[in-house]
Amino acid sequence: MLRVSGLHARVEEQEILRGVNLEVRAGEVHAVMGPNGSGKSTLAQVLAGREDYEVTAGSIELDGEDLQEMAPEERAHAGLFLAFQYPVEIPGVGNSYFLKAAVNATRKARGEQELDAMDFLQLLRQRAKLVDVDEALLRRPVNEGFSGGEKKRNEILQMAVLEPRLAVLDETDSGLDIDALKTVAAGVNALRNGDRAFVVITHYQRLLNYIVPDHVHVLQGGRIVRSGGSELAHELEEKGYAGLNGDSAGA
Amino acid sequence: MATATDTIEALAQRDYEYGFVTDVEQDTAPPGLSEEIIEFISAKKNEPRWLLDWRLDAYRGWLKMVEPDWANVRYEPVDYQSICYYAAPKSDDDRPKSLDEIDPEILATYEKLGIPLKEQEMLAGVAVDAVFDSVSVATTFREKLSELGVIFCSFSEAVQDHPELVRKYLGTVVPRRDNFFAALNSAVFSDGSFVYIPKGVRCPMELSTYFRINAMNTGQFERTLIIADEGSYVSYLEGCTAPMRDENQLHAAVVELVAHEDARIKYSTVQNWYPGDKQGVGGIYNFVTKRGLCEGRRSKISWTQVETGSAVTWKYPSCILKGDDSVGEFYSVAVSNNRQQADTGTKMIHVGKRTSSTIVSKGISAGEGQNTYRGSVRILRSAEDARNFSQCDSMLIGDRCGAHTFPYIDVANPSAQMEHEASTSKIGEDQIFYCNQRGIETEDAVSMIVNGFCKEVFRELPMEFAVEAQKLLEVSLEGSVG
Ligand SMILES: Nc1ncnc2c1ncn2[C@@H]1O[C@H](COP(=O)(O)OP(=O)(O)OP(=O)(O)O)[C@@H](O)[C@H]1O
Ligand SMILES: [Mg+2]
Repeated sequence: MLRVSGLHARVEEQEILRGVNLEVRAGEVHAVMGPNGSGKSTLAQVLAGREDYEVTAGSIELDGEDLQEMAPEERAHAGLFLAFQYPVEIPGVGNSYFLKAAVNATRKARGEQELDAMDFLQLLRQRAKLVDVDEALLRRPVNEGFSGGEKKRNEILQMAVLEPRLAVLDETDSGLDIDALKTVAAGVNALRNGDRAFVVITHYQRLLNYIVPDHVHVLQGGRIVRSGGSELAHELEEKGYAGLNGDSAGA
Repeated sequence: MATATDTIEALAQRDYEYGFVTDVEQDTAPPGLSEEIIEFISAKKNEPRWLLDWRLDAYRGWLKMVEPDWANVRYEPVDYQSICYYAAPKSDDDRPKSLDEIDPEILATYEKLGIPLKEQEMLAGVAVDAVFDSVSVATTFREKLSELGVIFCSFSEAVQDHPELVRKYLGTVVPRRDNFFAALNSAVFSDGSFVYIPKGVRCPMELSTYFRINAMNTGQFERTLIIADEGSYVSYLEGCTAPMRDENQLHAAVVELVAHEDARIKYSTVQNWYPGDKQGVGGIYNFVTKRGLCEGRRSKISWTQVETGSAVTWKYPSCILKGDDSVGEFYSVAVSNNRQQADTGTKMIHVGKRTSSTIVSKGISAGEGQNTYRGSVRILRSAEDARNFSQCDSMLIGDRCGAHTFPYIDVANPSAQMEHEASTSKIGEDQIFYCNQRGIETEDAVSMIVNGFCKEVFRELPMEFAVEAQKLLEVSLEGSVG
């Protein structure tokens, strides 16, 4: 589904990604771990099409289509979703209004019938329940004044409503209390199916107890230096990233 | 891939959607301003002697005044002798009794503007006093209103039919020599609206006037007077849009409001005159004096304005809070795009005890637009326990535009409670990207973000007007942002 090959990207003259290779198949969950500043968010943003990041080499394909040819909203329409590490506030714009605009823009782009207010509300309510988001949050402006945990949960709600093909979750577990972590994981698990894939960026093995990944990758210095099964996360938890350096980096 | 800024620039290249000119034969005075011209105007309108004298006094005062230059706007000097001070559609002498009699071309113009008059009659709750050039050509709902004793007519008609009211109130809030542009208006005002709400009457519908400048090289000098007698209520809507043209047009309107004891006046404006082309050529100069007097105790005047048009805007709807416990409000959205310049704000003058005022100003600058908020809050010695809350927010779209804030505060009574908040934000690339990532295109994202920014003002507008305001904001930012 997603194929990233030899990806190099820079921001403000500084090379951040230095040859990332990653292949994600439908139905899989991949975890990406790595020290602060190693380029995890950069990878996520490059996938989503953030223009501040310049891709200097390599390719990104989603379902065989070259993502680099597509504007950010076109990538979204193609089924790519990014749960932001730092969700953005949009003052004065109602959360549910925003989501409805997102859903209908996507449906329109796909040539599907737009949802009317009633149908949308029904969908929204149902998904809000799934990820345990309080209805009061739906009426407030997008992320404005939300607590850190509420913002993350709101990202998951948006994901649940938009039903992407590929969801990239950038540290969605950071700032969540243990109950919220479980609900978020439950939300992700509920959406897991054979057609959908997830790339979960996290610092903590704990999340991976709830969302069990098929593959774990370690991103360091702008490259994936190690890949393995879910046991790799446990190893990292014990040894830390420093412990990896002696091993076969770049394997 | 285009950057968000590039996209914004591209959107800015769009042409003004409402640009077109209607060709109607005009009955115009020769260009220039003199006592003879003023006499001509007054005679054309069959005005009483006192009103002619009133105009002439304003004119003589105006001759001694100099055009104000303190506003943060730059424009080519206006040649007052090249302006025509009177224009009327030919049908003036023979005013239509119903919409059927109206020039189809005029009606077509309204249709293009999305103001289908025919439907408006049926559109429950809205009475229309449409101003085409300088003379009202259509008035509806008048009968219904007259049952309640509400007077809603053109200013010229009021002069004929209710001279005692006009004479009593005209110039009491904005004196005829108040300032350069008000004096000019007082000398040559063409027409406008007159509203009187009798004691205890709650006007059952929004009173709405659509303005339109149409005659070539003709200044437009509207004069509006609204009086709300004790315990009455009225909501008045003023909206406009204008045709494409090459020359700059001067617009110097005066609006006076008087609210007696326990009366409330809500005055809402959506202003969308032609802003000029991308180089700023041909837009309207909008120099307006709007002022309300809260004469009686517990009276209230609210100004809500959405200013998206004009090349140059100079406008400060104000409240004189004379009655004890009276309330003044000012809610404003002002957009400056391309080469537009807006210097707008309000004056709240607290005279009575426990008077309170609220100011919420949202300035949006895009392209090379310059947006200035200029507000003055004065608490006089007599104004015991007065309060003011001011909030001035500016939003910048792109990096070639500017936002400026000049709040003046003058407190002569120490019991006053003053609160002032201000912010300037740049429409964030991160906000736009966030919307993009959710599938929303940049243009829609910008209009969504801007509408969110303006929410506190839009929610003060009557429902149907709020929709139009949002549409205008989108159109004018398409011409600049999104
Ligand atoms: N816009 C930018 N301008 C300058 N440097 C940037 C920018 N964005 C990212 N960087 C740099 O790129 C590097 C990688 O950042 P990135 O956010 O991808 O790290 P990360 O792996 O997500 O870290 P964390 O675990 O702390 O979230 C960092 O050194 C960061 O400072
Ligand atoms: Mg990160």
